[in-house]
Amino acid sequence: MTLAVTELKASYAFVERNINLVKRYWGWELVWMLYTIANSLAVVLIATGTNSALNRDGSGGAVLSDADIDRFVIFLALGALVWHYLAVVFQTVSEMISWERWEGTIEYTFMAPVRRGTHMVGTAAFSLVYGFLHTAVVLVIIVLVFDVDVSNANFAAGAAVLIAGSLSLIGIGIMGAVLPLLYPERGVEMTHVIQAALVLISGVYITASEMPEPLATMSIFSPATYVIEGMRSAIIDGEGFIDLWPTIVGLIASGFVMIPFGVWVFSIGERYAKRTGRLKRSG
Amino acid sequence: MTAVLAEPEQFQGLRIEVDPQALALEVESVTKVFRQGPGVINWLRGNRKERKRVVAVDNISFQVTRGEIFGVLGPNGTGKSTLIRLMSTLLMPDTGHVRVFGLDVEQDEARVKRLINRVSVEASFFKKLSPMENLMYGARLYGVEPTYARRKVVEILTRLGLEDRSITTSMEDMSRGMQQKVAIARAFLTAPVLLLLDEPTTGLDPHSKREVQAAVRELRDTHEATVVLTTHDMTEADELCDRIAIVDKGRVVALDTPPALKELVRTPGEALPTLEDVFLRLTGKKLEEADMEAQAK
Repeated sequence: MTLAVTELKASYAFVERNINLVKRYWGWELVWMLYTIANSLAVVLIATGTNSALNRDGSGGAVLSDADIDRFVIFLALGALVWHYLAVVFQTVSEMISWERWEGTIEYTFMAPVRRGTHMVGTAAFSLVYGFLHTAVVLVIIVLVFDVDVSNANFAAGAAVLIAGSLSLIGIGIMGAVLPLLYPERGVEMTHVIQAALVLISGVYITASEMPEPLATMSIFSPATYVIEGMRSAIIDGEGFIDLWPTIVGLIASGFVMIPFGVWVFSIGERYAKRTGRLKRSG
Repeated sequence: MTAVLAEPEQFQGLRIEVDPQALALEVESVTKVFRQGPGVINWLRGNRKERKRVVAVDNISFQVTRGEIFGVLGPNGTGKSTLIRLMSTLLMPDTGHVRVFGLDVEQDEARVKRLINRVSVEASFFKKLSPMENLMYGARLYGVEPTYARRKVVEILTRLGLEDRSITTSMEDMSRGMQQKVAIARAFLTAPVLLLLDEPTTGLDPHSKREVQAAVRELRDTHEATVVLTTHDMTEADELCDRIAIVDKGRVVALDTPPALKELVRTPGEALPTLEDVFLRLTGKKLEEADMEAQAK
């Protein structure tokens, strides 16, 4: 049996374990889903309420036409959905350590004869499927509630952008995972700060280039910026692979840099944790 | 010269070649010091209090031969668990070397991991998952063939006294003793050639203790496994271990077979002392006192 097949089989341990955990925590999963739906709907409602918000005294006519509002609804919905998907991927990967700390299994997992890369591949594979299914449910709800017209959308191109962009977020998530490893008490909160920073600079609810400085400049360095812009181009404007290939190739290239870099950063953190005895402490 | 250890068919990718002449375990001049106190952020805030230096393992050396059950006996807080963590690749020594079947735990970490498994004093599991789900996770990590693993999980857990229905229900409602049995089953499932047991019977009732001790002996006899056992249970150490290292304040104060340790402190003309007497004579305190001293720190 080749080493690759052995490692791939071992990586399934993390997929199966996480599926079992989702099944056992089904109540929490339901609450989390409702929370996500409520959050996404609240964001999209901003678009439908724009005219009334801008004309509270009723003195003027509609600021936005119905077509503008439809476009705004899809614009915000895509921001909310794509961000939700990327956040799930980021969180699942970055919290792989904090969850194990909480359960007390971290030493067992770190003692097992699997490469850290294998550990992360398994966790990332689960995060992609889990994030995709979670986001699909929210998408269906939004389409039903807002009667969104997506007849012009190029879903295949959109999916390609999303998958390509996931790679970089997995890399950032792996780097984020080093924080709960080194800071058992507050590491998880630190990963939330990274997530908040990404949502701020990535043009989730506003076009990135329209953001005030220095956020607009900072947005250039966030892979999420290109995922969200690419998704909007594919779903709202119907752009296909030919138009989006620079974005897709760029995101894949970024992922190929970010994932090994993330694993390298994590391996340094792991070594430090083993020197200082931080694997033992629980947060 | 090399030899293949472990069962190749059920343990995918577990074929590890080791020197057949090598000792099962060599601990050579190992020291581990932890620093406690304000970290960098507190230091930047102006808290300049010096970090406390805690010597957990102080220049310890010993060797364990194949098939031996080797005990590390000492009170809480004396470095036993740190020693086990050093052997199980979870900690790196500050000085010295730990070698498992001739492989250095730092240099050959990946290969060493395939040879060992550990049962810690805390039964660490995903509490919402069932024993079967937890053990299948462990089996997959160690490359054990899934169909074989499922069969073996039921076999081992039943032998350790778990009822069939407990095997597939969540572990959160299980007693500590039951959880510890599952932890032991998890280690047995991977048939390690070096089994590290860190106070495995703490919290178990006397009947369960005996079952676990019998299972440890059987693992040694049928799989030719070597066992390192830390404990502060004198009777357990006496009955189970071929040799015992008595550890106090991170140092080995005596190392020999239980009868030889007793002879060491025996007063001529008197009956053979117990291991408790040995500990008292060598460290100047009873084990319970040493435990309380450690807790007070």
